[in-house]
Amino acid sequence: MKSRSRLLQMVGLLGFIFLYAPILSLVIYSFNESKLVTVWGGFSTRWYGELFRDPQILGAAWISVKIAFLSASIAIVIGTLASFVLIRFARFRAKSLLSMLITAPLVMPEVIIGLSLLLLFVAMEGVIGWPGGRGLVTIIIAHSTFGAAYAAVVIQSRLVDMDLSIEEAAQDLGAKPVRVFFDITLPVIAPALVSAWLLAFTLSLDDLVIASFVSGPGASTLPMVIFSKVRLGVSPDVNALATIIIGLVSLGVIVAALQMNRSKRQSEQR
Amino acid sequence: MSAVPESRSRKPGRNSARAPGSRLIGAALSRLGFSGRSLVIAIPGVWLLLFFLLPLLVVAKISLSEAAIARPPYLPLWEWSEGFLNVRLNLGNYLFLLDDPLYIAAYVESVRIAAISTLITLMIGYPMAYLIARSAPETRNILLMLVILPFWTSFLLRVYAWIGFLKANGIINNFLMSLGIINDPLVMLQTDFAVYVGIVYTYLPFMILPLYANLVKLDISLFEASADLGARPLTTFFTVTLPLSVNGIIAGCMLVFIPAVGEFVIPALLGGPDTLMIGRVLWDEFFSNRDWPIASAVAIVMLFVLLIPIMLLRRVQAADEEVEG
Repeated sequence: MKSRSRLLQMVGLLGFIFLYAPILSLVIYSFNESKLVTVWGGFSTRWYGELFRDPQILGAAWISVKIAFLSASIAIVIGTLASFVLIRFARFRAKSLLSMLITAPLVMPEVIIGLSLLLLFVAMEGVIGWPGGRGLVTIIIAHSTFGAAYAAVVIQSRLVDMDLSIEEAAQDLGAKPVRVFFDITLPVIAPALVSAWLLAFTLSLDDLVIASFVSGPGASTLPMVIFSKVRLGVSPDVNALATIIIGLVSLGVIVAALQMNRSKRQSEQR
Repeated sequence: MSAVPESRSRKPGRNSARAPGSRLIGAALSRLGFSGRSLVIAIPGVWLLLFFLLPLLVVAKISLSEAAIARPPYLPLWEWSEGFLNVRLNLGNYLFLLDDPLYIAAYVESVRIAAISTLITLMIGYPMAYLIARSAPETRNILLMLVILPFWTSFLLRVYAWIGFLKANGIINNFLMSLGIINDPLVMLQTDFAVYVGIVYTYLPFMILPLYANLVKLDISLFEASADLGARPLTTFFTVTLPLSVNGIIAGCMLVFIPAVGEFVIPALLGGPDTLMIGRVLWDEFFSNRDWPIASAVAIVMLFVLLIPIMLLRRVQAADEEVEG
């Protein structure tokens, strides 16, 4: 029995090494002097310097951040409304359709989402003249749509867990539904909204395939620039970029975890 | 719906700042003659119909039209001429897919590669999920965070990291050669093996999380009962644990299998020129050949291939919701 659980722990440990070794290697080799990414040539921060002097990467990063910010914001609005309808509203005819539409982007291959949205945009431009060309706007629309699907998963699980009695109490005291929503529901699900926004933001920042389809000239996102660099082989400044992203994400996740722990402890004390 | 009257006494609190906004919105909506309820349904509903369902119908439509050298590069499916509606349905794209062995091979290859990767992911993910579910609550949260953390870092960069690991003068080969285990570097990059590694690596969290969610809910007393009745741990595992976690296994496997079939980035970066995956074929049809109708037909057939796995996933998830609800 003992040896079996030891074996299980070994497998688990190997699994975590498998998950983290590649990420660690990116970080370590980003400080490598040598241009041959996997041959150690001494410690250096020169690739970080080159990264910050590369106008193409900086420009693309700025475009990606703008797109991610806007699409995450749209995504949580759509995601919240959809979740609210699905969890709180009584059955109506199109409810299962809405439920299907909001979850389907999660399992739809990216190439299909990308292709289908591009063809829609082209067809719409032919019929109603909008959107004129493709670029930031079309990428934002695409990212909002699949961001909303992920946001809805996070928000729905919070809405299900939420104590209904507070909403009912507010209603009994005569508050209108809109007011109950803004005064009670929204503050209660706020932490879920934050994590949903962050999730949609990260997914948008990370997307290569959909953006490549719906993007136009002059709107190259960061993943598109990285992909074209990486396709030609490893390049040390991509390692430096990866290290920065990994650092920011780890920091964010750790802060979020601490925050969640603290609020959990506070609610337990109450 | 009407605006909330100004006079109503408000309970003090930090949320009171939000009230004027809600009042305004409520007033605006009622003036426009909307019932709040239908508007709340309409916003996400219309968005998703317009930007998710309609695009798929457009793909289906264009898959039936003929490619042409034009902007956009296909002929219209229907046209009004002399008061008649001419509809030109063209099944040629689908016949072309059936006719050319390349496409069928690409579908078969994608399903094969995705299935094998899913199986490997299950083999690694199940013990990890089991370990997390059986550990103490404090460790459990840390381990779960460790599983989710890589998911938040860039997918593209995690695939990229494997190029450095697998290439001829990469980390693995350098390590093995310095130990004297091999003399010549192993060819790993640009093979199907690299694609398996890439898929297993990037989709492992998708396997672990649903499995964990399932395993953590299992009633410990069932295992104790089984052990008390004299079953050995392995017997308990195969007769109690495994059957009870079937829903988690199906959900995890489908969450890996479905996106893996349509995967583009992993075969493009880690696979060789002969790694035929359908996502890559679609990409090339669209970006290199600029044949939009064929790319659309490839997408529609891919959807049909994925229909059964998607329905399977939905059924498992619906069953889970019923148990919880």
